[in-house]
Amino acid sequence: MSRLPSGGRIDRSRPLRFTFNGRPYLGYAGDTLASALLANDVRVVARSVTYGRPRGVYTAGIEEPNALVQVGPESMVRATQVELVEGLDAVGLNGKGRVTADADAGRFDKVYAHCEVLVIGGGRAGLTAALAAARTGDRVRLVDEQAELGGRLLSAGWDDWLATAIAELRSMPDVRVLTRATAFGVYDQNLVLIAERRDAGGRLWQVRAKRVVLATGAHERPLIFANNDRPGVMLAGAARTYVNRYGVAPGKRAVIFTNNDSTQPLAADLKRAGIIVEAIVDLRAGEAVIDTVSPPSPSGGGQGGGSLEGVMIGPLTGDGPSREVECDLLCVSGGFNPALHLFSQAQGRLRYDEGLACFVADGALPNIELVGAAAGDLGGCGQGAVMPYWVVPSDGREWSSHFVDLERDVTVADVQRALGTGMRSVEHVKRFTTIGTGSDQGKTAGINESAIVAAQLGQPVGAVGVTTFRPPYVPVSFGLIAGRNGGDLFDPIRVTPLHAWHVGHGAVLENVGQWKRPWYYPRDDEDLAAAVRRECQAARENVGVVDVSTLGKIDIQGPDALEFLNRMYTNSFDALKVGFCRYALMCKADGMVFDDGVVMHLGHDHWLATTTTGGAATVLDWMEEWLQTEWPDLKVRLTSVTDQWAAVAVVGPRSRNVIRSLFPHVPLGPESFPFMAIREGETGRIPVRLHRITFSGELAYELWTPSWYGLALWEAVMAAGESLGITPYGTETLHLLRAEKGYIICGQDTDGTVTPQDLGMSWIVSINKPFIGQRSLRRSDTARPDRKHLVGLLPVDGEALLQEGAQLVLEPNGAAGVKMVGHVTSSYRSAALGRTFALALLQRGRERLGGTVYAALNGHLVAAMVTEPNFYDKESRRRDS
Amino acid sequence: MIVEAVRRSPLADYALRFAELSAARPGDLFLREHPFLAQVNLRTDPNDPAVMQRLASSLGFALPVAANTTAATEDRRALWLGPDEWLIVGPQNQEGALEQAMRDGLAGAFGSIVDVSASRTVLEIRGVEARDLLLHGVPIDLDTRSFKIGRCAQTLLGKAQLIIERRGDEAAFHLYVRSSFAYYVADWLLDAAANPNLKSAR
Repeated sequence: MSRLPSGGRIDRSRPLRFTFNGRPYLGYAGDTLASALLANDVRVVARSVTYGRPRGVYTAGIEEPNALVQVGPESMVRATQVELVEGLDAVGLNGKGRVTADADAGRFDKVYAHCEVLVIGGGRAGLTAALAAARTGDRVRLVDEQAELGGRLLSAGWDDWLATAIAELRSMPDVRVLTRATAFGVYDQNLVLIAERRDAGGRLWQVRAKRVVLATGAHERPLIFANNDRPGVMLAGAARTYVNRYGVAPGKRAVIFTNNDSTQPLAADLKRAGIIVEAIVDLRAGEAVIDTVSPPSPSGGGQGGGSLEGVMIGPLTGDGPSREVECDLLCVSGGFNPALHLFSQAQGRLRYDEGLACFVADGALPNIELVGAAAGDLGGCGQGAVMPYWVVPSDGREWSSHFVDLERDVTVADVQRALGTGMRSVEHVKRFTTIGTGSDQGKTAGINESAIVAAQLGQPVGAVGVTTFRPPYVPVSFGLIAGRNGGDLFDPIRVTPLHAWHVGHGAVLENVGQWKRPWYYPRDDEDLAAAVRRECQAARENVGVVDVSTLGKIDIQGPDALEFLNRMYTNSFDALKVGFCRYALMCKADGMVFDDGVVMHLGHDHWLATTTTGGAATVLDWMEEWLQTEWPDLKVRLTSVTDQWAAVAVVGPRSRNVIRSLFPHVPLGPESFPFMAIREGETGRIPVRLHRITFSGELAYELWTPSWYGLALWEAVMAAGESLGITPYGTETLHLLRAEKGYIICGQDTDGTVTPQDLGMSWIVSINKPFIGQRSLRRSDTARPDRKHLVGLLPVDGEALLQEGAQLVLEPNGAAGVKMVGHVTSSYRSAALGRTFALALLQRGRERLGGTVYAALNGHLVAAMVTEPNFYDKESRRRDS
Repeated sequence: MIVEAVRRSPLADYALRFAELSAARPGDLFLREHPFLAQVNLRTDPNDPAVMQRLASSLGFALPVAANTTAATEDRRALWLGPDEWLIVGPQNQEGALEQAMRDGLAGAFGSIVDVSASRTVLEIRGVEARDLLLHGVPIDLDTRSFKIGRCAQTLLGKAQLIIERRGDEAAFHLYVRSSFAYYVADWLLDAAANPNLKSAR
């Protein structure tokens, strides 16, 4: 045992049992897994990723590159960051961690927070800043990644100062202190993302702060020498932390290797802990640790295998004898790097400071302040006089065991290889060598990489620079990012007022954007095809009913509404009288079809436009954009009423019977209620607006009612149609019926490259008024004859169901390199036609009517005849039947 | 919760669960739907003093012109939604009266008046932990320093757009939720409320 008899901030009254690699150990509350392992003389914690070399605890914090462990489902965590708890079961990584296939049982959530001052880092500088800010009455948040506030002070015997400062801070009303929480990303307008570790999960804080104070401290960096990765080699500050904070002796005989003043108190602390300090090797005195010594066969997996047994010390100049000093602990300090990751993420620039031998902030950022070590004040770290030094050459000028990045197993030799290929940028060297790409993101490696590149190239370190710091500052789990946005809360599920009825009547649902819509309503053990055949038959021969509440709906009012609509849509509404509606098509400025719907003339200066289900928000935004930016002179105002109205379409030759029984006072004859007319009615106490609109080609009525009446209306329709056998149908039947008529679905039969003319819809393009996209339709490209046209396809084999998206070719032999001339956009099996059919976009399609094209299906080419895109009731007699 | 013969509110199916939650967390969380409130969307030019004056007298109070504020009389309120847009809210079945009052106010001047009563339902969330619950999904600052009584905002809860209003006392929020998003919002609130320690989000 290497637990010191007294001292440290651990709670010796609370022993904790834990296992590591299957063996039982004992630690204390307040330990990390790393400190508890050191206390139990576990020196080898993991094996390195590429070379399988034994590795031990190297740091005491977030920057740990070596002591990687798996704890439960967490496949790769730092032993220095794992708080010891009763029953903890950890396994050292042998190279890589294993991701479990099980669902993450962790509990994660997200929280938004706002404050005037966010202080990141709870060391001396952060605590001081937080206290000062809190005294102004501002809302202050202080976050720190550790379980306890105090930062470096926790290892330096500042307990009284800390206790006083923390007590004062906690007494202030508008101060919130968050521990175990790592700020990992700084984004625009001081949005700071913070990962808080909580029992069996975590919480993602999204904090918006007027001012951010970065009290992120500094990371000690190592010196590089041969075999600098052996268990027992440790950063000097970490050794001090284990002794002072955790009451652990990380070794029995120590050597200190340094280039700065920070190690001065360490020697005294080690001695007080009963550790023999065998030597203090100070580069400034011309001496260096050149190599480390370990047992001859480091391959064993047992304790101590490959661990440090001594160091070779020699003159820095390389000429002169070296001596071996036995030791099991080597405390290394190469100076300190201000932790400027977050500053750099916020677009702060860095410059190299020759005197401090590190990168510091170059200039300020608005509303982001640096304090303490992060601001380049390395006094708290005790750096003092520092000799810039990075790599100690070994006797044989051999560089393959000089580890630069311990987690990624990258050596000085790898950097030389990168430079040998001609790379000069540290960014290139990073990507070639993988320095800094491990889960520690090279916190102990990055600046050394720059220094090595600079030395090899004979350039100043400042000219070489550092690689870019990007979020996240620490690894963040997917569970934390997902939060509670899983399952039904993954994305909003939008439903119509009739949803419960659909579900209660066995509808199979389909996702349409965020909407859940009935896809089909199987009876008994019907499959999709059987249900759709029955539903289609009902709509074509009897009466069907479908929920079309998801249509986008935009209320349009104002004296310029007519002019506005004429500009937005390709067709004209000049002749559309009040009480009538009209199918309408919309293009983008490039002349390509964008959306379609029905425009209704409801009253004086009052209109309503429907959009596709998926296009509702986009079309409203599109209209508002034109109104607000291009035509602010138009007196028109838009209001979304998508959710206001439930809409039920009653469809089929016997739909009039249903409507008549519901609305006995509304005249329904062809003259009194003609196609595309609007009527007002009431059934029961349900107010209803009736429209003679069809999306199937059949006689049909679209009934609109305020959405809270939707269910009652639907049930009234079902009751009125019951004796006729009224059949509810879903989106599949809806789409099939419209395809039989060649009615397009924007986004399925169009893809943003299709003009109205391509669709054969010149009839809906006005030549008498300007509209968005009109000029583009006169471009030579949109007028060229070899454009793709919407056509119908009838597979020669009426059982062959073409695949939507299948490419069309003209050659039946399937030769390689054959030209593709179009693709299938919609394809169905039609009960009414007794065969399969499809819609397609086909080059020069209208010239190929009657011709044959071929499409791949199940590994074969099948032939299909090109037809007009209208398969059923071509004269459109049925809609007025 | 009122269940009418013909009208059905978007969250009628959630009334029991809201009541159970409120009973289980007395004082901490209270959740209920206010169904069928009259809601009319008004758009007109706020820079026309004559129109604003007439609207004030026909509605019974002046429309708020400061961004994200509300104005109210006994049973009518107006929520500022944009520089020329308000949501006027009244008791059940008053949408016709509200529309008429606005038409009288406009008196032919340019504007739009749209009944959107069935577009949104209103959820009241009240209690010591109401704000803690909302912090889990509302990105705006709900602190009383910036979101005082009488403030409203169009924002998000989780991934659903809604209007949030702080009304009456500091512990009470009203959420105006689009009907088609109502299940999602209710599910989201109930899921968030399942956390027994909401205060830890402060």
